[in-house]
Amino acid sequence: MIEFKLPSLGSDMDEGTLLEWKVGVGDTVKKGQVVAIVDTTKAAVDVESWQEGVVHELVAEIGQKMPVGAVMALLLEAGETAPAKVGAGGTAKPAPAAAPRVAAAAPAAAAVPATPPAAAPVVAPAAPGRRMISPAARKHAEEKGIDLDGITGTGPHGAVTLEDIENAAAARPAPAVEKAAIKPAEPQASRAADMRKTIAAAMSRSKREIPHYYVSEDIPLAKALAWLQAANAQRPMAERLLPAALLLKAVAMALKRYPELNGYWRDGGFVPVAAINPGVAISLRQGGLIAPALLNADGKPLTLLMQELTDLVKRTRAGSLRSSEMNEATITVTNLGDQGSQAVFGVITPPQVALVGFGRVAERPWAENGGLKVLPVVTASLSADHRVSDGHRGALFLLELNELLQHPEELDK
Amino acid sequence: MSRKLNYREAMREAMHEALANDPRVFLMGEDVGMYGGTYAFSKGFLAEFGPERIRDTPLSELGFVGAGIGAALGGMRPIVEVMTINFSLLALDQIVNSAAAYRHMSGGQFSVPLVIRMTTGAGRQLAAQHSHSLEGWYAHIPGIKVLAPATIEDARGMLAPALADPDPVVIFEHAGLFNMEGELPDDWTVDITSARVRREGKDVAIITHGGSLPKALAAAETLAAGGISAQVVDLRVLRPLDTATIAASVAKCHRAVIVDEGWRTGSLAAEVMARIMENAFYELDAPVARVCSEEVPIPYARHLEEAALPQAEKIVAAVKGLFA
Repeated sequence: MIEFKLPSLGSDMDEGTLLEWKVGVGDTVKKGQVVAIVDTTKAAVDVESWQEGVVHELVAEIGQKMPVGAVMALLLEAGETAPAKVGAGGTAKPAPAAAPRVAAAAPAAAAVPATPPAAAPVVAPAAPGRRMISPAARKHAEEKGIDLDGITGTGPHGAVTLEDIENAAAARPAPAVEKAAIKPAEPQASRAADMRKTIAAAMSRSKREIPHYYVSEDIPLAKALAWLQAANAQRPMAERLLPAALLLKAVAMALKRYPELNGYWRDGGFVPVAAINPGVAISLRQGGLIAPALLNADGKPLTLLMQELTDLVKRTRAGSLRSSEMNEATITVTNLGDQGSQAVFGVITPPQVALVGFGRVAERPWAENGGLKVLPVVTASLSADHRVSDGHRGALFLLELNELLQHPEELDK
Repeated sequence: MSRKLNYREAMREAMHEALANDPRVFLMGEDVGMYGGTYAFSKGFLAEFGPERIRDTPLSELGFVGAGIGAALGGMRPIVEVMTINFSLLALDQIVNSAAAYRHMSGGQFSVPLVIRMTTGAGRQLAAQHSHSLEGWYAHIPGIKVLAPATIEDARGMLAPALADPDPVVIFEHAGLFNMEGELPDDWTVDITSARVRREGKDVAIITHGGSLPKALAAAETLAAGGISAQVVDLRVLRPLDTATIAASVAKCHRAVIVDEGWRTGSLAAEVMARIMENAFYELDAPVARVCSEEVPIPYARHLEEAALPQAEKIVAAVKGLFA
């Protein structure tokens, strides 16, 4: 049994008053963990335990004044079992046992500052669009070839630190697969958790920093699907084209006329990119998603694009992507496909400035020329960064996309 | 083999050795003779070396520091003791405008091989006129060397190379260290050019000097118990600063806390931080922090004096602040 005693929290301290327990009975206490807040004549002080153990009994009551050295709590050492009846702790325990133990988180103590008011340095806020990344972390990330955009900072003020880079390096897909061969179950789980963290960081940053605007357009696909059907009739099964390839190609072609949607927001300004590399959002079976790039999609015939798309999906799910595919997407395209909802309004992947979303292709009533018919229709949406483009241009982009999809034969070039 | 002695004894031994071995060396200052030194550093010297070499002076810092400069120009090797750093302000004109400048002004024809020793620092309830840490001001002056012995070895060893130096050397002895005991190894060697790593660590570099060294070491001990490995660097030489050792420690640990008993604004700590920016920016994983004295005249009341100074707990808190 370890006796946790009230330590001297200053050379002139004789006694202290317990304000709050930070642990409860049964909690495991680690070395250096704050277990209680004690008021001294100077300040409310976090009291740490320098021993490890499991809390057996909280002897001191909230509000109780104790001399330095009084037993505040009893901890069980590792391997130690609780004695049947507790008779210890009598010396510094005037209060009856009737007081409820659940008072540990009493609201009365809530207003007490957790740490003494040390001279907190004034930290300059990160400039807009610029994250806090320690110089050492930046250097290390460059050496390891790690994209800082996907890293969540855990340092002071959320800064990205060396440790974050090292963790990211350890969690990268390629090494993770190697690890998986040795230890089958555990790395898979941690990989999924790391991916969730990465997505959380990127999406939080996106919504925090990027002023999104959204536009959408219903696009009739009768002509496109008819053309696909005719084209597929002449192809072997393995080479058949999916609507997804056609939609991707149409996006890539439309982007050529709307360069303000294709590129990056960096250091407070837009950097257009000549290459059109749509990142294709691919959901993973264990959860999460990756949007690797289909490089130079605008210049590729549909057959090649389809092959590359199939290959990309396969390799993404196998965890064997190339770094260029991981880093060089200039826009993201998310396609919910057959199992999707009618429309999707996505969150832009920083530092990209736009995302195109396609909902489920479904038959819908369609009014045209004073008449009503039933057509296959897809709702295309654009989420774009208002710092770079405006809704007017975004709407024109979707109209261009619509126009391109009405001439599918033109897309196979 | 080593032997145990305290800081005061080490310093006294160093002066005794210098006086015994070199007839050019003499000691001059307030109460150094009859009284045996305000802090008993020269107890018994008057009887042993006589009034020619152990010279009590009037209470005129400007006068006796100037006399020391003159003697040094004339070929002697004076040790001038100024009782406390606060009083040395009266002699600043001699130090800045004469001692530090003569080599430059004479085109290298004259040098001033003078050693000025003075007590610095707080912690003994001597209040606002005997407790300040102004060594950072001295470290600002080109033309002099500034030393801060913080160990028994340095107290014993820094005086000889200081006397051998052709230029003025100012030695700051922290009042809080005088009764500190330690082992002096037989094979001690001391230079007056480099900083020393007093404790190896890998997570944070605590860079300090003088009276704050024991506090930094105590903080490192506490931090070790909490799983943080602190490297403690003793600057030793405040001018010229050993930038290489500072930068190497930052490159190793990626975090740094500077502990300096001087006031924060315009402090020596600020200079060390600037050196880190200049020489190790890309190694930093957190902003550099510092623990300095509060910006008040050092108070008399014990608890207020303690609160005004860097303390081990403040150092621990500053270090922890660098780890999220």
